[in-house]
Amino acid sequence: MLGDAFTEAFTLIVSVNPELLEILWLSIQVSLTALFFSIALGLPIGTSLAITEFPGKKACVTILNSLMGLPPVVVGLLVYLLLSRSGPLGVLGLLYTPTAMVIAQVVLITPIIAALAYQVMDDLHREYRDLFQSLGIPLTKAVPTYLWDARYSLVTSVLAGFGRAISEVGAVIIVGGNIDHLTRVMTTAIALETSKGELAIALALGIILLTLALIVNAAVTTVRTFGLRNAYV
Amino acid sequence: MFKSEPMSNTSALSATNAPYIEVNNLNLTIGGNQLLHDISVTSFTPGVTMVMGPNGAGKSLFLRCLHGLLIPTSGSIRLLNKPHESTTASQSMVFQKAVLLRRNVIKNLEFAAPNGTPPTEITELLAKVHLNGKELQPARLLSGGEQQRLALARSLLTKPRFLLLDEPTASLDPASVLIIERLISEATEQGVKCIFISHDLGQAKRLGADIIFLHQGRLAEHTDAETFFTSPQSREAKAYLDGEIVL
Amino acid sequence: MKLTKTMKSIGLAMVLPLASSLAIAESIVVQSTTSTKNSGLYDYILPKVKADTGLTVNVVAVGTGQAIKNAQRCDGDVLLVHAKASEEKFVNEGYGVKRSDLMYNDFVIVGPAADPAGVGGSKDVSKSLTTIASKQALFASRGDDSGTHKAELRLWKAAGTDPKAASGAWYRETGSGMGATLNAAVGMGAYAMTDRATWTKFGNKGDFKIQVEGDKRLFNQYGVILVNKDKCPSVKSEAGQKFIDWLLSNKGQNTIASYKVSGNQLFFPNAN
Repeated sequence: MLGDAFTEAFTLIVSVNPELLEILWLSIQVSLTALFFSIALGLPIGTSLAITEFPGKKACVTILNSLMGLPPVVVGLLVYLLLSRSGPLGVLGLLYTPTAMVIAQVVLITPIIAALAYQVMDDLHREYRDLFQSLGIPLTKAVPTYLWDARYSLVTSVLAGFGRAISEVGAVIIVGGNIDHLTRVMTTAIALETSKGELAIALALGIILLTLALIVNAAVTTVRTFGLRNAYV
Repeated sequence: MFKSEPMSNTSALSATNAPYIEVNNLNLTIGGNQLLHDISVTSFTPGVTMVMGPNGAGKSLFLRCLHGLLIPTSGSIRLLNKPHESTTASQSMVFQKAVLLRRNVIKNLEFAAPNGTPPTEITELLAKVHLNGKELQPARLLSGGEQQRLALARSLLTKPRFLLLDEPTASLDPASVLIIERLISEATEQGVKCIFISHDLGQAKRLGADIIFLHQGRLAEHTDAETFFTSPQSREAKAYLDGEIVL
Repeated sequence: MKLTKTMKSIGLAMVLPLASSLAIAESIVVQSTTSTKNSGLYDYILPKVKADTGLTVNVVAVGTGQAIKNAQRCDGDVLLVHAKASEEKFVNEGYGVKRSDLMYNDFVIVGPAADPAGVGGSKDVSKSLTTIASKQALFASRGDDSGTHKAELRLWKAAGTDPKAASGAWYRETGSGMGATLNAAVGMGAYAMTDRATWTKFGNKGDFKIQVEGDKRLFNQYGVILVNKDKCPSVKSEAGQKFIDWLLSNKGQNTIASYKVSGNQLFFPNAN
């Protein structure tokens, strides 16, 4: 079976199977888009949580950390009920579109990016706080400095979010519907092939997805190694 | 109980009418623990004021209060007759462990340099701290001594009126200590007032004009350096200078 | 500069899925059962629908029970499932305009070649189920309120056996789709009831084969319903009706009949 799967994966790749490319490309598009919005939301959340003090901050951090483990199926269900024609946002007609999958993934990975950003920024803030106060650095200069000096760690957080997004199936299959040529992504295609009993093809798709994850991780490691070598992490 | 008197022998060295440091009844309590007790000290002395005392005496807390990093529970701090809130901008602090940004040497300096600082000034300063040629090296990869020299250069770049140093040379190589001490002396000659925490008696003798000696969060003694080293006024300072382990 | 480049490509990736969702102006959503999808029927007929009517048909394949619920929430234009009683209830409650018979095939009971309950070759489904129950041979049920699940429960009732009592023992409810249930059945050597189309196309049969077939009680009727605009104003009635008309037309019916997997016809049109 495993041998078949590898042969199948290899055939799919070398034959530049157009259907596979379509699915792969949609997966990447959806997850990159979700990543973009999650960064736009999560980074400010994590950063402001790290550099401000207010009552209830600890509770916020705890909640944020718990949200990292949101079950995808629950997120899928919530987004489904929201976007359903009979739901509050039904008029937008977004259910069973790539946009719906983006929304579900944003809900899933924003807490991850926010929580990881918080950890990175909190450490950095503890280290720099006194210096910045001493130098009289205004917030408008401090925040970009935090972001820049956390760049290597943040890249890791961001890619962790991307990894979670692209490998997630429970939420996108509910809100996307796994519609051929419209909302079928790698993970839902794997689910479909498994349900058809085409285990070799399912596994082949899994191998391709894994390869993608491997490439992304290799990129992270390279970036991080560079950062570490220069003590920039 | 060890309050220094305004008319103590340091006043003889006074160069201006306004005291450089004027602390009145400074108390600091954090989390229910009183860490600084009713410290009052006035120094008219230019040059380097050394802050000494055994571990846990409250030296760093005292310095942080002066710099505005800690807000005293009660009491007042005035530097050159101005409330310290308005003087923190004219102060610069060198921390015990150099805090350097995650970028190269030159960018660390540029970060702190006031707008319009000519690049030549940065280059000259780098030469003074013997870091010329290392401009593009990641700052956090420098040796401990180099890092502290860079931190000092960064502080000087802001042209402070007051330079606060929290054990900047503890566990540094002798060459770095020499470079740092030379720069501090040079700065004081240009009118910068330094407040310097050190455990190093030799260093205190070399640099100190007057000595603030703290013990268990209280002011034990404030005298000019010569008096301090020849005939310390307090029992604690005497024991400390005799090399006893003072807790 | 490196950053702006990345931002640009992210921006591009952001716009594309939105654009593609706009490009499907003349499209409908069909809430459907998994069996029709997994059998490959849609892959066969939808390009022809597109050629004849210009319609893009987006199929969401879930169990019949969930498909009906989704349609009740207005998340579909057409319902294509196989549980006649539930379908009629759907129409009577006003969610559907009209139900039409579309096609049929039949259910079969598959099991391991070793046939531990000894039901192989039987044409009597009631007797076979009773035997499986009395021998406590493993049986994998969908357990997901799907059309197949409902049909299976009807057959157990007709056989006078309540398998629910043995749930977790020899009666295993997977709570999943047909394919997942078949994978589970093959994995644990359990009997399972499936529609013939899914079974024929199923790729992970192991040593399993059809053990019980040919009983007229195993008849499996598919129906098609247009979701009612009165309940769901968002429904694309015209496009949905166009799709249904095509399915029920001679051409549509002939197309369904001509779909074969390894020489076997999987669905038998019976619209008239």
